[in-house]
Amino acid sequence: MSINIKNIPPIRSYFKNAMLRPDLGAIVGVILVFLFFFLVAHDTGMFSLEGSMNWGIVSSQFIIIAVGACLLMIAGEFDLSVGSMIGFAGIVIAVTSVVWGWPVWLSILTAFAVAMSIGALIGYITVKTNLPSFIVSLAFLYILRGLTIFIAIISTKKTIIGGVTEVAQNDWLAPIFGGEIFSGLFVWLAEQGLIQTFVAGTKAGQPVVSGIPALMVWALGLIIFGHFVLTKTRFGNWIYASGGDAQAARHIGVPVNKVKILMFVFTAFCATVFATTQVIEFGSASADRGILKEFEAIISVVIGGALLTGGYGSVIGAALGAIIFGVVQQGLFFIGVESSLFRVFLGVLLLLAVILNTHVRKLITGAK
Amino acid sequence: MGTSSLMELTDIHKSFGNVNALKGVSISINKGECHCLLGDNGAGKSTLIKIMSGVHQPTTGQININGETTVMNGPREAIDSGIATVYQDLALIPLMSVSRNFWLGRELTKKIGPITVMDFEKCNSILMSEMEKIGIQLRDPSQSIGTLSGGERQTVAIARAVFFGAEILILDEPTSALGVYQTSNVLKTVEKVREKGVAVVFISHNVSHALAVGDKFTVLSRGETLGTALAGEINYEELQFMMSGNKELSELKNR
Repeated sequence: MSINIKNIPPIRSYFKNAMLRPDLGAIVGVILVFLFFFLVAHDTGMFSLEGSMNWGIVSSQFIIIAVGACLLMIAGEFDLSVGSMIGFAGIVIAVTSVVWGWPVWLSILTAFAVAMSIGALIGYITVKTNLPSFIVSLAFLYILRGLTIFIAIISTKKTIIGGVTEVAQNDWLAPIFGGEIFSGLFVWLAEQGLIQTFVAGTKAGQPVVSGIPALMVWALGLIIFGHFVLTKTRFGNWIYASGGDAQAARHIGVPVNKVKILMFVFTAFCATVFATTQVIEFGSASADRGILKEFEAIISVVIGGALLTGGYGSVIGAALGAIIFGVVQQGLFFIGVESSLFRVFLGVLLLLAVILNTHVRKLITGAK
Repeated sequence: MGTSSLMELTDIHKSFGNVNALKGVSISINKGECHCLLGDNGAGKSTLIKIMSGVHQPTTGQININGETTVMNGPREAIDSGIATVYQDLALIPLMSVSRNFWLGRELTKKIGPITVMDFEKCNSILMSEMEKIGIQLRDPSQSIGTLSGGERQTVAIARAVFFGAEILILDEPTSALGVYQTSNVLKTVEKVREKGVAVVFISHNVSHALAVGDKFTVLSRGETLGTALAGEINYEELQFMMSGNKELSELKNR
């Protein structure tokens, strides 16, 4: 006996297939954004080496936190504590290294351990209470910010702790977050006259861009790692399943709670990477650092095509979303547009992205 | 019930606090047999299948699998004993591809250097041949489950359970959300699976769907079995009456 199922859904066109790529919107968005700024800002230096470094660094900052938020959102959860976690991790590094005199590498590792444990705690509370992670992480947004300011005040009577640069001077771990690579290459390029050098001041003769900052390397590394885990490994399959339908995934034997908790830990990891690069670069930690970063991360992820309801999305998309974010923010500065308009643009873009994503979701699930 | 009994439940009681969901249910599941479990909402069907699939543990009573008394702590243990459950709306994840769904939890992997990755090539080729066997023509293993019809989804879920070695397949209301055409396809799939020697437990409150595939019919009412009948021994009206008329019957009995 054979079954002949006749009502196979109509064959989709290539166009419709492409529509189902989660990151399509972001790809188009990036092209449009670059096209726009090429046209209006090509003579402002925005696309010179120095200018590109400017928006490249800002975009990289967004990427680092967006990758964590992306995997977490695909796993079906949110973390609103990312911004507070950035402030918290920074203060942990500064207090332990500057005030307590720990070696910087130990301070950094401690910050990672503490932040990732808190991430695990947020995840644990979320899966055990079955509360929306929105609420649980909102609680931690306040708890962590409050603790950060408290720790800074009781240990130094200030909310900004400086002096990290001095103690980090000969540290082996600090350059991994605050250093630069390919410095030699940039010096060589400058010697060949391929890139500009400073003409005056203390840096006279040095290239205007002295190397690729560690921040960018981290951003690229996290994109590759996140994309690989999500699309190529069985754990990635579990991430999709945990966010797509947690109950169904549990019935089939996927350790949904473990997956979700690990994604909270990873988000905290990304927040700490961000915090550490900032502390090493500025040589100080500030208790108010990271404010609103959680939303910027979520917006990047949504522009990247992920569904707020989980189960669907792309790390590449989130990274492109972050690049749109960074390029537009810095680009408006280059063309001299009032910077407050950036937020207007962002709000409109977010709305458009969500509407597009909802439409795509209907196409995929066949819902009317 | 004979030597071919794969699973035997004896005098199963299950209470949740003060609520007695099952009050002494006995049922036997045999190889290559489609055993229909009928009953109105609240009759205890879902509690019973959750006990059979390891989600709940009975308060009292005995479960024998292949003649051995067994306690199943969780669905994983049931799956390991060859019992697979296809829940009505929990079978598959619509946003994920057919291939990712089919292999979920049992992904085939390969090593690239020290790194273990999913072996999509192998996953997809096995999937395509399994789908062909069960009668679903897939264009692309990466198309999302959401693009399939309700009947096709049930069929994919059943094919998956059987492929992964289910000896007892529990189907929870597989046809209740489907149209006529889709239903007949799912019923045909059930028949195919049964011909392979798999025992099917078919839960339904639709008597005509049950009669179309069933070898045995057990009617549940208020946590008790009203008896088991073989195909041919009972007709539509009698089954319908047992399911819907149990209220008056039990009231009469209590007098």
